[in-house]
Amino acid sequence: MMEEVKEVTPCLSVHGHNIKVTEVLKDRDTLTFLIVSQKLSGTGEYHVDRTYDDFEWLQQQLFFQEDMPGIEGVIFPPLPAKPQVNASAKVIKQLGFLGLGEWQPYCKALEAFLRQVTAHSILSKNKAVEIFLTSSDPPGRQRARKNIFNRLSQAVEEMRKEGHKDVDEFFQTERDHNLVLTGCTKTAAERFLDVVLTEQKIAVASGYFSAALHLCVEPGENPDTQAFSKACVKLSEVFDSMKKNMARVAENNVSTLGLGLDLESRYQEAEKEMLFRRTCKLVELETAKRNAEKAKPVKKAAIALFHSVRVEMLQQALVQWCEKQLCTAKESADQFGQHLQAFRGMAW
Amino acid sequence: MAASSDRNPPPFPATEDPGAGRADMADGDSDEGEDIFVSNSNNPVAVSRGVSQPDHVNEMPPDLFSEEEANNTTARSNGVHSDDDNDLFAEAHVELSTDKPGSARKELSTSSGTHPASSITQSPAAMQPTSLEQLEDEEAKDSFDVDVAVTNPEKVGDGMNAYVTYKVSTRTSLPMFKSKAFSARRRYSDFLGLYEKLSVKQSLHGCIIPPPPEKSVVGMTKVKVGMDDPSSVEFVERRRAALERYLQRIVSHPLLLQDPDVREFLEREDLPRAVSTQTLSGAGFLKMINKASDAVNKMTIKMNESDTWFEDKFQEVESEEQQLRKLHALVDSLVNHRKELCGNTAIFAKSMAMLGNSEDNTALSRALSQLAEVEDKMEQLHQEQAASDFFIFEELLADYIRLLGAMRGCFDQRMRAWQRWQEAQSTLQKKRESEAKLLWANKPDKLQQAKEEITEWEARVTQYERDFDRIGVTVRKEVLRFEKEKAKDFKSQIIKYLEAMQQSQQRLIKFWEAFLPEAKAIA
Repeated sequence: MMEEVKEVTPCLSVHGHNIKVTEVLKDRDTLTFLIVSQKLSGTGEYHVDRTYDDFEWLQQQLFFQEDMPGIEGVIFPPLPAKPQVNASAKVIKQLGFLGLGEWQPYCKALEAFLRQVTAHSILSKNKAVEIFLTSSDPPGRQRARKNIFNRLSQAVEEMRKEGHKDVDEFFQTERDHNLVLTGCTKTAAERFLDVVLTEQKIAVASGYFSAALHLCVEPGENPDTQAFSKACVKLSEVFDSMKKNMARVAENNVSTLGLGLDLESRYQEAEKEMLFRRTCKLVELETAKRNAEKAKPVKKAAIALFHSVRVEMLQQALVQWCEKQLCTAKESADQFGQHLQAFRGMAW
Repeated sequence: MAASSDRNPPPFPATEDPGAGRADMADGDSDEGEDIFVSNSNNPVAVSRGVSQPDHVNEMPPDLFSEEEANNTTARSNGVHSDDDNDLFAEAHVELSTDKPGSARKELSTSSGTHPASSITQSPAAMQPTSLEQLEDEEAKDSFDVDVAVTNPEKVGDGMNAYVTYKVSTRTSLPMFKSKAFSARRRYSDFLGLYEKLSVKQSLHGCIIPPPPEKSVVGMTKVKVGMDDPSSVEFVERRRAALERYLQRIVSHPLLLQDPDVREFLEREDLPRAVSTQTLSGAGFLKMINKASDAVNKMTIKMNESDTWFEDKFQEVESEEQQLRKLHALVDSLVNHRKELCGNTAIFAKSMAMLGNSEDNTALSRALSQLAEVEDKMEQLHQEQAASDFFIFEELLADYIRLLGAMRGCFDQRMRAWQRWQEAQSTLQKKRESEAKLLWANKPDKLQQAKEEITEWEARVTQYERDFDRIGVTVRKEVLRFEKEKAKDFKSQIIKYLEAMQQSQQRLIKFWEAFLPEAKAIA
C-alpha cells in the first residue's frame, strides 16, 4: 500500500488521536452528538454537532471514494448500527453493549470510529473527513447510495453461497478464518452482555434489600431490640456498598472488554465486507487477471495491518479491563474490611 | 462449658470411620476440599462462662474450664461434603450460660469445618444441671453445655418408599445424659415427631418451641428418585442444615433441654416411628398457628388486658414478621440472580475459550484462554457467594419467620389459659347459684353433691389462675430471651457474611493480578 500511494500532504487540520464525542443530546427522536477535535496548528478546538445521518454520510463518502488507488483493499472502520430513542427490545439487543446506559458506550464507539478514520492513511485524506470534523453546518444527508451498497453485498452473499473459492490460498484461508472468528467474537460479545445484564440485576436487587433493611428499625428501649436495629442499619449500608460495587463492575465490563469485543466483532464484519468485495471483483473481472494481480500485494499488507491493529485494540481492551476490575476489587475489599471492623466494634 | 472452636471431638464410642458414613450424593457438588464457605469467622460471641461475671463476656473463668477460648477460625463447609466425624463439633457449638436470662444462643454455623482441634472440655465435676429456679435468676451461677450436630445424610431404601436418615451426634458434659458423646440416626419424621410432642405439653406452654423445617413433597420426591443431581443435593443439604439449627435451638433452651422427650430423641438407639406428622406439611405449620389465632379472636369473652405489655409486644411481633417476610423475598431474588450470574459466567468462559482457540496470534490466543480460565474461577466464586447469601441470610430469615410464628402461638396459649380460667370462674358461679337454689328448695342429698362440685371448681379456678400467671411470666421471659438471641444471631451471621465477602474479594484480586501480565504480554 505504501509503495503505490504518493505522498500527499494531509488535508486534515485537526489531531485525530484525541477526538472526543463529549455529549449526546436527546431531542424527541433524534440524538445529536457533540464532537470536539483539537486544531493542528496552535491552540483551539472545533466543536461540531452531528447526527447519525451525518456519520452515515461520512461513511458513504469514504466507501465510494473511487479515485483513490488501493481503495478496494481498505478495511473500513466500522460504524455502529443506528441508535434509536425508545428502541424496541429487538433493536436494543442488536446494539448489544452500545445500547446500554445513557448512550455513553455508544458515544465511545463513535469516537473510536472517528479516530480510526483519521488515523487511516488513505481515508483521512478524503475531504469529507475534514468537512465532517470542522464545518459548522452539518454536511449533506444523502441516502441514495446506500441501496447500491446493500445490493452489492447481497450479490456477493449469493456468490458465497455457491462456494466460490478464491484463487489465492492466502485469501481463502483468511476468509475461512474470518468466518470462524466473526462467529466466535459475536458469540463471546453476546455472552458477555448477558453477564453484564445479570450483574446489573444483582446491583438492583442489592439496592432493594438495602432499602428494605433500612426500614427494619424497631422502636424500643430494650437494648437487644436496639442492637438488632443497629445491625439492620449497618447491614443496609453493606448492601448499599455491594450495589455500588456491582454496578461499577458491570460498568467496567462494558467500557473496556464489552466495547472491545463489540468493536472487534464489527471490525471482523468489515474485513468480511472487504473480502467479499474482493471475491466480487474476482468473479466479475475473472478475465482481467491483471487487476486482481495488482490488487494482491496491496491487500495482503492491508490484512496484515488490519490484524495487528485488531490485536492491539483487543490487547488494550483486555489490559484496561483487567486494571479497572482489579482497582474496583481492591476498593471493594477495603470497604468490606471497614464494614467488618465497624461491625465488630459496635457496642451492643 | 462449651469448648470453643478448634477442637477435635474424640471419636465417638460407636462411631464408624470418618468418612464411612459419607453420603454418596455429597459428591454431586463441587469439590476437592475447598470449602464452600471460606470464611474465617471469629466468633466474638462468647457469653461469659458462668461464674457470675456477666460483664466480662470474653473472659475465661479460670476455674471451670481447661480449654482456652480460641477464636473460631475454621473454614466451614456447609456440609455438602458430609463430614468426617472428627470435625463435627468444630463449628456446631452451643454455649449455655445462665448469667443472663435465657441461655446463650448457639454459635451459628452450619455443620462442621475441617479443622483440627484441641481436646474437649471435660469438667463434669464442676458443673451442675441448672434448675429452673436458677434460670429465673438473672445472676445464675452455673453454665453447662451440649453440642449437637446433624450430619451424614444417607438414603435408605428404594423408590417411593425411600427416605433419608441423618446422623445426630451429641457431645455433652451434663450428667443427666448417659454418656459424654453419642449419636443416633434419625429420619425427618422423627424430628417432626419431637416437635409435636413438645408442642402439646402443658408444662411447656408459653415457651417458644423452635419449629422444624417444613415438609416438601417436591423436594423429597426428587431425592427419592435419585440423590445425584445438584438440586437434590442442595435440598438435602438445606434440610440437614435446618435440622441442625432446629436441634441446636432446642438444646440451647434451658426448659426444653430438661425435657425427657428431647433426651430420648438424642440418646435412644431406635425411636418408635412418629405417626401423626401430617399436620406439618408445607405451610401447614403456619396454618396451624393462624387457625389458633382465629379461634382466639372468636372468643366470646374478650380479654381485658390489664398489662399493655402483651398487647404491644404482639403488635411488634406481627409487624416484624411482615418485615422479615419482605426481606426474605428480596434475598431470594438476590440469590437467584447470583445463580444466574454463575451460569452466564460459565457460558461466557466457554465462548472465550473457543475464541482463544480460533485466534491465530499466539499471545492473544493464550491471553484469551487465560481469560476463559479466570472466568471459570469467577463462576466458582459466584457460586460461593450465592451459597453464602442463601445459607447465611435467606435461611436465617426463614428461621426467624417461623420462630415469630411460634411466638405468636405462645401469646395465643396465654389467651387460651386466660379463657379457661374465665370459663372456670363462670362455671363456679353457676354452681354457687344452683347451690343457693338447692338450699332454698331444701334438697339435702343434692346439696351435698353441689357442695362437692363447688369445692372442685374452686380448686380449678385457683389452678387455672396460677397457670395463667405462670404462662404470662414464661411468655415474658421467652420474649426477652428471643430478642437477645435474635440480636446475637443476626450479628454473628452478618459478621460471617462480611468475612466471606472479604475473602472472596481477596481471591478476586488474586485472579486479576495473575491475569494482568498475560494481558500486557500480548502485543
